[in-house]
Amino acid sequence: MGRAGGVNRQARRVWALHLGVLVGLGVLQFLLPPYHQGVVTRILLFSTYAVGYNLLLGYTGLLSLGHALYFAAGLYGAGLPVYYLGLEAVEAFFVGLLGSMAVAALLGIPALRTTGLRFSIVTLLFGQTGYLLTLYFNRITWADQGLTLPLQVPPLLRYNLALLLFGGVLLGTLWLVRSPFGRVLMGLREHEERTQLLGYDPFLYRWTAHLLSGALSGAAGAAYALLFAYVGNAFASVLYSVYPVLWVLVGGAGTTLGPLVGVALVTYAVEAASGLLHAYLVVVGAALVLLIRAFPQGILGSLRDRRWRWLP
Amino acid sequence: MPFPGLLALALLDGTTSGLLLALTVVGFSLSFGILRIVNVAHGEFFMLGAVLAWSVVTTTGSFPLALLAAPAAVMALAVGVDRLVLRPLRYAAQPTVVATLGVLYVLQQLTLLLYGPEARGIAPPFGATLEFPWFGYSGYKLAIAGLSAALLFGLGVLLRGTDLGLVMRATRQDPEMAVALGVPVERVYTLVFALGAGLAAVAGVLVVPVQQAHYLMGLDALLLSFVVVILGGLGSLGGTVAASLLVGWMDGFISLFFTPTLARILATLVVALVLVVRRGGLWDERAE
Repeated sequence: MGRAGGVNRQARRVWALHLGVLVGLGVLQFLLPPYHQGVVTRILLFSTYAVGYNLLLGYTGLLSLGHALYFAAGLYGAGLPVYYLGLEAVEAFFVGLLGSMAVAALLGIPALRTTGLRFSIVTLLFGQTGYLLTLYFNRITWADQGLTLPLQVPPLLRYNLALLLFGGVLLGTLWLVRSPFGRVLMGLREHEERTQLLGYDPFLYRWTAHLLSGALSGAAGAAYALLFAYVGNAFASVLYSVYPVLWVLVGGAGTTLGPLVGVALVTYAVEAASGLLHAYLVVVGAALVLLIRAFPQGILGSLRDRRWRWLP
Repeated sequence: MPFPGLLALALLDGTTSGLLLALTVVGFSLSFGILRIVNVAHGEFFMLGAVLAWSVVTTTGSFPLALLAAPAAVMALAVGVDRLVLRPLRYAAQPTVVATLGVLYVLQQLTLLLYGPEARGIAPPFGATLEFPWFGYSGYKLAIAGLSAALLFGLGVLLRGTDLGLVMRATRQDPEMAVALGVPVERVYTLVFALGAGLAAVAGVLVVPVQQAHYLMGLDALLLSFVVVILGGLGSLGGTVAASLLVGWMDGFISLFFTPTLARILATLVVALVLVVRRGGLWDERAE
């Protein structure tokens, strides 16, 4: 009885923390100068991407090195129809989302025949193929120059739409990882044979997690294209497959709020450093080394290990 | 040039670049096999070898000096990275990925600051050409192939034929048991890491007369390291060499028939599918 009460209290505390963070982000828009409002909007969109990535890395234990493919699939899936066919923004968002889901569903079949480092390499190669395709079809994509979409979203609306997307995704994944489905994923991460022995098909669960992760990444990409009215193949490059690894590992893999913390820290580290010198990634690199030496499990992951054991 | 000539040239070029690739990658493979870490910064050791070689040759004019000094400097650097970054993290898998990613950016961007964004080359140390029926082939490139093959052979002898190699293989097989038997495992780690970095730097030095030194050249080397290590089986020397040659040849042959971008798309997909289908890699690591 007392134990169940404790579990309940803990669940309330977890939901209160997440809602509190979202309310805080809602209030933040009134405190920020316009420039930082734009930065935080980007942070929210990349956090959505990172949450999707964390579902795979943090909860399922699969390190993908080609996730830019799904972000870019959403980006181009939403952006190209707007540019060439004059599609409305709302419809375009769903085209981008479905496009990225189709890519993830299809590529998941061969890619998830592998696990571990082999999975990382296969996804790296798929991601690279996607990037090369944007070069091959450069008459349509305009490669690194990119396309500016005929859309204009006012900054405040932009911020709130990004927050809406991030909030939905954050609460959705919080529910998901606490659901039986999420427990099976973590079981697979910790001990594949044992989970399989309990009757769960590893491939099916991994494929579904991969599909969801691709969908969230694609949703973030589609929203980015529409809210910032730009598509370009920088977002399909290896850097944008490496960024989510960085964000999630800095914030804490397998923690629900880790992605947001990681994206915010890395983004502002890049901001601060690029004001100092043009090779700002030196500072980012050094900060990364020091940070990971202090927090080997990521910031929230290490905090969970040391103090707040209830952090989801 | 008639088709047989093109084919022979592709084969020859593929062999040279394959052997050079093996030399570049073998350190990545060894640290993967023995230290059990993914060193994302490995490509930067290759890049630093190239950039330092350019600096030494333009200041002193001596290519042999560059061939000694650049790898030595890179090895010293690798010992530093091992002591300051890897060892404090106890070589744990995920944290070392992030930390070496940080090392990658530090090395790459410091090079950008000190060396600049230009791609710069040097003249080959000798200019002999070997005449084939259809074309003349650079003697320097053949020398690259020969030296790479010799170094790889030497590494094989070190691993298989010496006490030091025995200790390395024991550490790879079972680090805890190795410690129990009195093997200084951490010293072995440092040595393996530095040796691999040095070999990558040698490859970097050798490549400058053919390909120019550029601060971003480490990234391509990293990408290929991943491909080769997985194709060849984890931490196996023979597999690394076989996979490197395969990558070299495939690159040459596919680009005979297709435009460069399409060729790269196809090559990438072929490797990905091989990985999915052949689960043990082309080379079974248990054979070692």
